[in-house]
Amino acid sequence: MSSQQIELILSRQLADSLSIPVFLVDTNGTLLFYNEPAEEILGMRYEETGSMPPEEWSTKFQPQSNDGKILDPSELPLVQTLKEKTPSHGEFWIKSMNGEMLKISVTSYPIIGRPSRFLGAVALFWKSSNT
Amino acid sequence: MKIRIWGCRGSLPSPGPEKNIFGGNTSCVQITHNKTCIILDGGSGIQRLGIGIDQSITKIDILLTHLHIDHIMGLGFFQPFYNPNITINIWGPSASKEGLQQRLRRYFSPPIFPVQLKELPSKPNIIEINSSQFEIDDFKITSEYVCHPGPTVGYRLQLGDTVFTYIPDHEPALGASDYPNNPEWTSGYSLAKDADLLIHDAQYKTSEYTSRVGWGHSSFADAVKFAELTKVKKMLLFHHDPLHTDETLKELFAEIYRDQHQKLELELAQEGNIYFLT
Repeated sequence: MSSQQIELILSRQLADSLSIPVFLVDTNGTLLFYNEPAEEILGMRYEETGSMPPEEWSTKFQPQSNDGKILDPSELPLVQTLKEKTPSHGEFWIKSMNGEMLKISVTSYPIIGRPSRFLGAVALFWKSSNT
Repeated sequence: MKIRIWGCRGSLPSPGPEKNIFGGNTSCVQITHNKTCIILDGGSGIQRLGIGIDQSITKIDILLTHLHIDHIMGLGFFQPFYNPNITINIWGPSASKEGLQQRLRRYFSPPIFPVQLKELPSKPNIIEINSSQFEIDDFKITSEYVCHPGPTVGYRLQLGDTVFTYIPDHEPALGASDYPNNPEWTSGYSLAKDADLLIHDAQYKTSEYTSRVGWGHSSFADAVKFAELTKVKKMLLFHHDPLHTDETLKELFAEIYRDQHQKLELELAQEGNIYFLT
């Protein structure tokens, strides 16, 4: 087993220390980690799910627009960040693992280490107050 | 390969009668094998190395882990820099913006040092690395950024099946909430895994570390945990705190040796000590 790059290790540690929900993915979009506040919103525990490929996490929560249309994964901020290597933001609905529909607001940013090494992305998300 | 410790003190040279055993010079370790001469860090220990260096050596590779002053302060006093007949390569970590050469110039320029980098007769080659793999003669070398303030790498040097790992400034406990139980999420794990010899930061007593979290260094206890996790065959505890006397170091070592679980082969790094890895 190899260790992750230090930028990802420290990002995970920061996420683990925060009380806002955080997702951490690698360059392929594989979900490497999500923290306890994220577990609360998603209704599942990281220890139980472990890492997840992008096809799985991007559809698992059935992201939907305001009019109930299922969003294509490419429309999600985190997927856009991985593609463009730029920050992204968006609001949409998800179905949490306990079946509840939640409107969430997501801001994502790329992890670009020294010197210009693209290593993954982070998404911060929270329940939207603008429902 | 032959490994010699020329300096193992951390942060500040601190010579004195109370430090005669382990030495007061800052980080510098030399590796030799046939005609290959690799020097890890240019702390104050590099001065003595340069004075007595084998005159048949025509090429020297200096691998810097980072540019904190205790790791580069000896460079200006390294005699081979003033010999135009020696090829010197300086390898060091990339930063986000400023190049390695520019950052080295901050040291090699007044008022810090009178001789400028461009004036050195040996005209050293400056080579930037990051999380990289490269070769120097028969050595296969891996560098990887590790947990320490500023751009800092550790090195894994492989010669045949023999592995030597050097991570003199490292705080792996900072980046892992469940340290030391998760190799994938532990800084430096891949560098040190199964190494025959690991030189690792062990600057603080546990009681000192609690008030210095985030400064980039490890306690004796965390260094031993790292060695146990990575399953190295032997570890040298390195980067001694400038305030720790020989007596203090011996006491700390006796304590950690008594308390460790796996009965690792452990030693305090000591200036002048030589190790052979085959």
